[in-house]
Amino acid sequence: MSARESYLDWNASAPLRQEARAAAVAALEMCGNPSSVHRRGRAARQMVEAARAAVGGLVGAMPEEVVFVSGGTEANHLALLGAGRARVLVSAVEHDSVLRAVPEAERIPVDKDGRVLLAALGELLAGDCAPALVSVMAANNETGVFEPVAAVAEIAHAHGALFHCDAVQAAGKLPLDLAETGADLLSLSAHKLGGPSGIGALILRGGVELVSLLRGGAQERRRRAGTENLPGIAGFAAAARVAAAEIAAYDRVRQLRDMLEAEIARLAPEAVVFGAGVPRLPNTSAIAMPGTPAETQVIALDLDGVMVSAGAACSSGKVSPSHVLEAMGAGAELARSTIRVSLGWSTSEAEVAHFLDAWGALYRRRRGLAAGTLAA
Amino acid sequence: MTPALVRKELQAAANSLPIYLDNQSSTPLDPRVLEAMLPYFTEHFGNPHSESHIYGKNAAAAVERARAEVAALVGADPREIVFTSGATESNNLAIKGVAHFAREHPTSGPARDHIVALASEHKCVLESGRALEREGFRVTYLPIERSGLVALDRLAAAIGERTLLVSVMAAHNEIGVLQPITEIARLAHAKGALFHTDAAQAAGKIPLDVAAMGIDLMSISGHKLYGPKGVGALYIRRRPRVRLTPLIDGGGQERGLRSGTLPTPLCVGLGRAAAIAGAEMGEEAARLLRLRRHMTEGLTRRVPGLALNGDAERRLPGSLNFTFPGVTAAELIEACPSIAISTGSACTSAAVEPSYVLRAMGLSDEAAQGSIRIGLGRFTTAAEADFAVDALAEAAGRLASGRKAPT
Repeated sequence: MSARESYLDWNASAPLRQEARAAAVAALEMCGNPSSVHRRGRAARQMVEAARAAVGGLVGAMPEEVVFVSGGTEANHLALLGAGRARVLVSAVEHDSVLRAVPEAERIPVDKDGRVLLAALGELLAGDCAPALVSVMAANNETGVFEPVAAVAEIAHAHGALFHCDAVQAAGKLPLDLAETGADLLSLSAHKLGGPSGIGALILRGGVELVSLLRGGAQERRRRAGTENLPGIAGFAAAARVAAAEIAAYDRVRQLRDMLEAEIARLAPEAVVFGAGVPRLPNTSAIAMPGTPAETQVIALDLDGVMVSAGAACSSGKVSPSHVLEAMGAGAELARSTIRVSLGWSTSEAEVAHFLDAWGALYRRRRGLAAGTLAA
Repeated sequence: MTPALVRKELQAAANSLPIYLDNQSSTPLDPRVLEAMLPYFTEHFGNPHSESHIYGKNAAAAVERARAEVAALVGADPREIVFTSGATESNNLAIKGVAHFAREHPTSGPARDHIVALASEHKCVLESGRALEREGFRVTYLPIERSGLVALDRLAAAIGERTLLVSVMAAHNEIGVLQPITEIARLAHAKGALFHTDAAQAAGKIPLDVAAMGIDLMSISGHKLYGPKGVGALYIRRRPRVRLTPLIDGGGQERGLRSGTLPTPLCVGLGRAAAIAGAEMGEEAARLLRLRRHMTEGLTRRVPGLALNGDAERRLPGSLNFTFPGVTAAELIEACPSIAISTGSACTSAAVEPSYVLRAMGLSDEAAQGSIRIGLGRFTTAAEADFAVDALAEAAGRLASGRKAPT
């Protein structure tokens, strides 16, 4: 196994930022339940409220619009199930945590780059006047492709529907403003932007009513029961502050990513980068090496010390092809040979070179193998 | 303690954090737990579900070790432990999960659509019941005795052929009483119902064995046993298998029962906390029991008319709940700023209405409003307990006699 290690699986989980670590550890040593009225409880409460402002600040939301939850998956569930709309429409490329929250939700088709077809959304909404919720993500976790959220919001609102946006992958990688997205509900996850895992938030635009998913105490203004995860909340806030201040770091990430893709194209003209021609996240590449199963690539790269994934981490243990690429109309063959490479603020040029070396070597081995097979 | 020393301590206390006697609301993190967690806040940052690379594998291995530690605390198999965001989620998942599964998978015979819980359960159990009532389930909220305990004959009568689940807290968060859960499980099983226990307060403090006690589902909280906040667990029996419908679905983590990226450091912290609690339970319980008896004696001697709420013997070693005659809890808490105590459940302690638990035990509104909860914990010293007895007794005497505080 290679001693060199290059972590290029940031969309699965980003490393914890130093600031977030310090804040989380400090909060771990803070004893007190924020619901208690005594001094220690009040100190914990103050910390939670300051954190609410910091997390809201990342997306231009007011502190009172922030509901802390256990992560992006719970945020998506709370949005889809808590909004209490009879009808739910989701894009076909949403994360599993959206798709499985309401399995009977209607699917909005996407184009070959994975962007929702706005006309189809309009028709679906016009076809039934039941109160609806539309859920479309800001940026796809597998391809990085941006969805036209502002346009989606406009169509949804024109039909009286609520708009939920899963911004788990987008937040921290590009400036995001609740008002500009037009979202009524917006999901965030801390560990995708350098905060700890186990904490996320649902942003709830003022006035939107929500039925809570987890019931019990009156925490989070009755929208989410359970003792607040103090270290998680403190770490999330610290990460959000740094992410908001250092969003420009992604300009450099974009250059690295573009360099990586250019080199792939040079090494292997038949390689495919999904969504390459449309606006997408600056850090994500979904790359197909035709004829080589994604699992083979991931294992070979790992042996060389390069960490990537075959798709979303949560489902990467499974071998079924990506529903995202399937919805985009990529053939099953191509979908099965696609890996996700995702970079972050501390990714170095050397790490990208490391990936390219390993990927190129694998590519040559596979091509040699194919040539050998042909010769025989 | 000499008066001079008391004054000195009082002064010191006024200048520092209050003595923490609210361990039911949240326990401080044990430094050994923190130490175990720290490595996973740095280099081991991998997503435990990214099993194709080494960071993910390390994280996954740590999570599995933690799962085994939690399982060992309650005599379970690691495969029977599902990590959650805390006991509130565990309770919601257990109760709604079992109910939803039963509704989605009807069996022959009468539909099981009835749930029995005690009127004194934690809010998150009661609220889960209310949510199910709105979905068409029937829920019986069984009254409790003056002792805080359930009357078993009354419980037996409440469980019927349609009862799906009986949910009873193992140790009470406000009054500390221990319910006879082995007997309760037997009564539930006799009618073919499942038994769930909210063990957020009990786990790590008293011996629990899911097999011997006949527990089908059990909720555990990290920050009630000197572990971190933001993590908990639900024990779900495998043999015979208890089936439930997940509340949070998506990536299919936790065998499809609870989706979402697992917080590796928090899981590691819960595991370590469980291991420490299991190893030290015997000695620690004996120490807390001595402290508790000492405080009870001291307060009883010095506060005329003081009444202990809940059974005197069948209670958690570190848990007390008293009614102070002629004063309100709010006044008492305000008069003792050097002690962090509360009136009851933190989730509801900001509310001004009297405790529904004490009301369910038959206390008058006035008595309930004069009640405070004292939670001794792993880091409570004998000196702190003495100090608290002095402070409470003095304040209660002053308030009851209507005299002003000495200046």
